[in-house]
Amino acid sequence: MIAQASPRTIPLFALAAAASVVSALCIGAFPVGFDQLLAAVGLSSAPLDDTTAAVLYAIRAPRVVAAFAVGAALAAGGAAMQSLFRNPLADPGLLGVSSGAALAAVSVIVLGEKVFHIVPPGLRPWCLPLAAFLGGLAATIVVYRIAAREGVTLVGTLLLAGIAINALASAGIGMLVFVADEQQLRTLIFWTMGGFGAVTWAAIAPALLVLAISIPTLLPSAHLLDALALGEREAGHIGVDVERLKRRLVAQVALAVGAGVAISGIVGFVGLIAPHIVRLLLGPAHRTLLPAAALFGGAFLVLADALARTMVTPAELPIGILTALVGGPFFLWLLAGRAARGNL
Amino acid sequence: MSALQAIGVEVRARDKVLIRDISLEVMPGEFLAVVGPNGAGKSTLLSALAGDRQLAAGQVLLADRPLAHWKKADLAHRRAVLPQHSTVAFDFTGLQIASLGLLSHRGRLSDRQIGALAEQALTETEALAFADRPYAVLSGGERQRVQLARVLAQCDADPGRLPFLLLDEPIAGLDLAHQHAALASARRRVDRGLGVLAVLHDLNMAARYADRVAIIEDGRLTALGPTRPILDPERLSTVFATPIVRVEAAGAVAFLSPGGNISPRT
Repeated sequence: MIAQASPRTIPLFALAAAASVVSALCIGAFPVGFDQLLAAVGLSSAPLDDTTAAVLYAIRAPRVVAAFAVGAALAAGGAAMQSLFRNPLADPGLLGVSSGAALAAVSVIVLGEKVFHIVPPGLRPWCLPLAAFLGGLAATIVVYRIAAREGVTLVGTLLLAGIAINALASAGIGMLVFVADEQQLRTLIFWTMGGFGAVTWAAIAPALLVLAISIPTLLPSAHLLDALALGEREAGHIGVDVERLKRRLVAQVALAVGAGVAISGIVGFVGLIAPHIVRLLLGPAHRTLLPAAALFGGAFLVLADALARTMVTPAELPIGILTALVGGPFFLWLLAGRAARGNL
Repeated sequence: MSALQAIGVEVRARDKVLIRDISLEVMPGEFLAVVGPNGAGKSTLLSALAGDRQLAAGQVLLADRPLAHWKKADLAHRRAVLPQHSTVAFDFTGLQIASLGLLSHRGRLSDRQIGALAEQALTETEALAFADRPYAVLSGGERQRVQLARVLAQCDADPGRLPFLLLDEPIAGLDLAHQHAALASARRRVDRGLGVLAVLHDLNMAARYADRVAIIEDGRLTALGPTRPILDPERLSTVFATPIVRVEAAGAVAFLSPGGNISPRT
């Protein structure tokens, strides 16, 4: 028997996500008390000194918000991709969507200055998320074209296509690293390792705005994503315009993942882990899966980031190392299970 | 006229012609069985009638309008399709799958109504026990009954508005009692005005449930008409290239095949 839950369980996930956000706001090299946190949002009259306020508003809050948004984007994007490919192994990182987005974003960082003078200053912050979106879109389309034949996804081909795109993207990023100057190199390292160390409100605002729109717009399609599980032909028979749905899903996944990558660089495995665990707990229906996975993914990255910045203070672990430490074995476990059932 | 019509339909896969020049129509309130040897093009014909295939020639009309001119959601209100093999990704349960048959009625029907109709359909196919079980753990016959419940639910969502049901080998993998139950479910709806086209391998079942029979051989429609004269033992022996005799017992018609080969028609 598998767990099946109604959307009523979503508030529980929201509560857990809120708890992770609150604790991540308090933990750090500069600890913040719970009463000070309440004071900072106007819920307590406890005295709030300037340093604490500055740490909370300018450093910790944007970082926690960014980690939550990226985790939610990767998890929801992963769930949507898995529905599109009818396969639980479809992860934005493994399939090369993230590295396609990263290659495009790194290109903007290294080569962008030559063309930036024609972009109005007000639009410049949008260049990075836009490039990441286009890179992610291109990668998603290529993987889909190669691995999906007449609505059937070949798992082996899917993962191999992902390997090829990841290899190409890292070759491209390597070339750009080669031609980059000192200043750009510092930015690039952050990109290839992934992380939230350089987050400021101004830098993440455009991508946050994109995520605030693109994640919730997946929800109305929840029943259509369920229908895809029957097969594309069958989904058509029960009234789904499958071609239109697929085009829209590819764009939404690229938007969510691209905006996420624009904020934090490549952070792997969240899109694989979060939907999978939520499916185990609540079943596969997307009306619960999408919001629960988004909340789970957000909380997961918020906590992972809190760990990354406290474990080796004053230094910071790259968060990608932490998610890979959890995600790598998890992926191997999934692969081993499927291989044992002859399902690869 | 609200028939489902194929007019001079030809379907190709690359350069190979799968079916050619097939014209037939299904009327509301009739059960048309499609029989023929393996690889003759029965499933191809059914998928062409469902609108799943690019036609190399001819057209398929529903209520005098080409299928391509229908919106997917409107089409889902007019015809349901049960394909031959269906896999389901992820651990969706029997009830969730049956409920998906009512997808195009979301908005008009509440979640509670959709659940009730799906449960009713699962009860009819004796699959209610699988309502909470993941599809992946069910046996072939149990899966078939869940999928059948899905299309029956689609038929019953708005009785009178959905006039056609296309079944591709609906009873393959079912035991005898469930074979009869499945075709009787279709038959009851035919008597209420539904038009059914079913690809069947079992001639006895075709004889028992169909009003008309179409025989497809090598991509062509070679016989079409009322069940009894079309299911003529001599014709069937030639079509299937093995001796077939007809017996009547216990008030039913049965076709027996003692085995052996007949040289194919020249």
